[in-house]
Amino acid sequence: MFDLDLWSEIVSALKKNRLRSFMTAFGVFWGIFMLIIMSGAGKALENGVLDGVRAFATNSAFFWTERTSVPYEGFQRGRRWSYENADIQYIRENVKEVEYLSPRLFGNFQGGTNTVRGERTGTFNMYGDYPDYFKIDRWTPVKGRLINEIDILQERKVCNIGERVVEVMFGKEEDPIGQYLKISGVYYQVVGVIHAETRINIGGGKKEETIIIPFSTMQTAYNMGKVVHFFSVTSQKGTKVSDLEEKLKKILKERHKVAPEDLQAIGSFNIEKEFVKFSALFLGIQVLTWIVGIGTLLAGVIGVSNIMLVIIKERTQEIGIQRAIGATPATVIKHIVAESVFLTVMAGYIGLSLGVGLLELLNQILIKASESGSEIFFRSPEVNLTMALSALGVLVISGIIAGLIPAKRAVSIKPIDAIRDEG
Amino acid sequence: MIRLNNIHKSYEMGSNSLHVLKGIDLHIEQGDFVSIMGSSGSGKSTLLNILGMLDNYDKGTYHLSGNLIANMSEKKSAKLRNEMVGFVFQSFNLISFKNAMENVALPLYYKGIPRKKRNQIAMEYLEKLGLKEWAHHMPNEMSGGQKQRVAIARALISNPKIILADEPTGALDSATSYEVMDILKDVNDSGITVIIVTHEHDIAAMTSQIIRLNDGRIHEIIRNGELKKFQKNYIHGLETA
Repeated sequence: MFDLDLWSEIVSALKKNRLRSFMTAFGVFWGIFMLIIMSGAGKALENGVLDGVRAFATNSAFFWTERTSVPYEGFQRGRRWSYENADIQYIRENVKEVEYLSPRLFGNFQGGTNTVRGERTGTFNMYGDYPDYFKIDRWTPVKGRLINEIDILQERKVCNIGERVVEVMFGKEEDPIGQYLKISGVYYQVVGVIHAETRINIGGGKKEETIIIPFSTMQTAYNMGKVVHFFSVTSQKGTKVSDLEEKLKKILKERHKVAPEDLQAIGSFNIEKEFVKFSALFLGIQVLTWIVGIGTLLAGVIGVSNIMLVIIKERTQEIGIQRAIGATPATVIKHIVAESVFLTVMAGYIGLSLGVGLLELLNQILIKASESGSEIFFRSPEVNLTMALSALGVLVISGIIAGLIPAKRAVSIKPIDAIRDEG
Repeated sequence: MIRLNNIHKSYEMGSNSLHVLKGIDLHIEQGDFVSIMGSSGSGKSTLLNILGMLDNYDKGTYHLSGNLIANMSEKKSAKLRNEMVGFVFQSFNLISFKNAMENVALPLYYKGIPRKKRNQIAMEYLEKLGLKEWAHHMPNEMSGGQKQRVAIARALISNPKIILADEPTGALDSATSYEVMDILKDVNDSGITVIIVTHEHDIAAMTSQIIRLNDGRIHEIIRNGELKKFQKNYIHGLETA
């Protein structure tokens, strides 16, 4: 039931006791505001870090070779070795737990300028990849298409290029698709402009500066024989990638006469492990946010109660008068509680809006900053609405209690004593 | 109208009990103009509180308009106060953040009368008391006499049967005191019972009946005809002092 008269009484009482209202409201406002900012910032950090890896297949592992560290079967320690096509073939045929398997070759071996088109030159990271790679570390075509199986089979001289490559090697009006780039001495036709969905970059450098050509083309064109520099796998559903990682290591050691106890010879990395670390980190941040949030809330509650206690005296007399002229205790309590609820809800709402507004402003600034190319591990601050609303709920309830205690006291003493309670 | 029978009242002060009223028997008829006098601690304010249903009593009976006032719930006594009694206090006790009109209208708010209507009624009462131009002033912008007149208007607005005034002139200078007393006299003339507590003899002398309390008992009741004598005694007392 909405009682207009009650509310206009309340609003006018609050308006005429500006300082009191303001101080009470400020405690609540500050509590909510800080909570929003805190949790938003925590979430932003989480988003910032996770955004870069989210699109990355979490069941993926990566392998490369290092020099051996243990002598074995007549080989001395310190031997250099590498994977070969046959290894890839073997894994494909014999290891059923593998979902995607993508060998890779690293180009731009001499360093320095490797890409030429007319008068334009540039230095870019060059990789020879299988199409499966796009499923592990996700790339999407902005224009044209991704490299496909037929490119691999026919060893086509085609390439996918990153957005930065387009900027450097082509004019603003030019369409790169179908054009040719001379990369490390060989001409390739551009078939797609690609955009990376993750910021994890294997092999270093910026992902926008990437050129990808078919794996088989790279092996042939640059006379690399059967060598594989690096490969990525993902595990089938139901298989832990860590288990797969160990299994593959064992197979590879056997195939290349590497000592089983050699921990250095096979370099590997698995995203699952990193995700576990991240998850722990964010759990920590979340716990911290809650601790600080609850602390701020408590401070807000204490603030509200304090102010309410301070105004008991003033209130006591006022209530005494009201009762002497016919207000029932229920009316008095209803008034005071409605006042504090109104105040806390308003203040909470303002705190909520301002906090969210500030986060949105921050978000805009961050978007601008990341558009200008800076690496920011702090993005999309967002607020858990349930958390914010439950915090508001706590404040409102505490506001009611804080209003109820002085009201109960004022009602429990005799009106005449309340009136006599001078100053 | 008001019928008190052997009223006792004591206050618990820690472990001590303070026996304030020690058997009060009192009849006040409709339309009386009564003052209660007595030295401080004689129980006059306590008596007024009991009359105004702001306080309860320990022993005896109190009938107001034929109703026994005893062990009433706060809600019921608040309603009865609102209907039957208007209060005027020494320190005016206006709500500081409401203007004169809103203060006067407040008792009607508790009766559930809509804002427009009650403000209109409040204006009528303010006009009666010559405060129409001050309707929108806050209490702290008014003089003591004006504030007390606002308080009287507030006491009158709910059409009470009784006005209870606790030292209504205690905070006022003598000229203003007489003005206020004139107003209370007019109120009384309109048929409302007026009971005031005072320690000022000249104020008490303007009422038609003086009840003198001493140590929780009624010491003497001086009625209209005897007032002249009382006044003479009072002046005599002043001269000899």
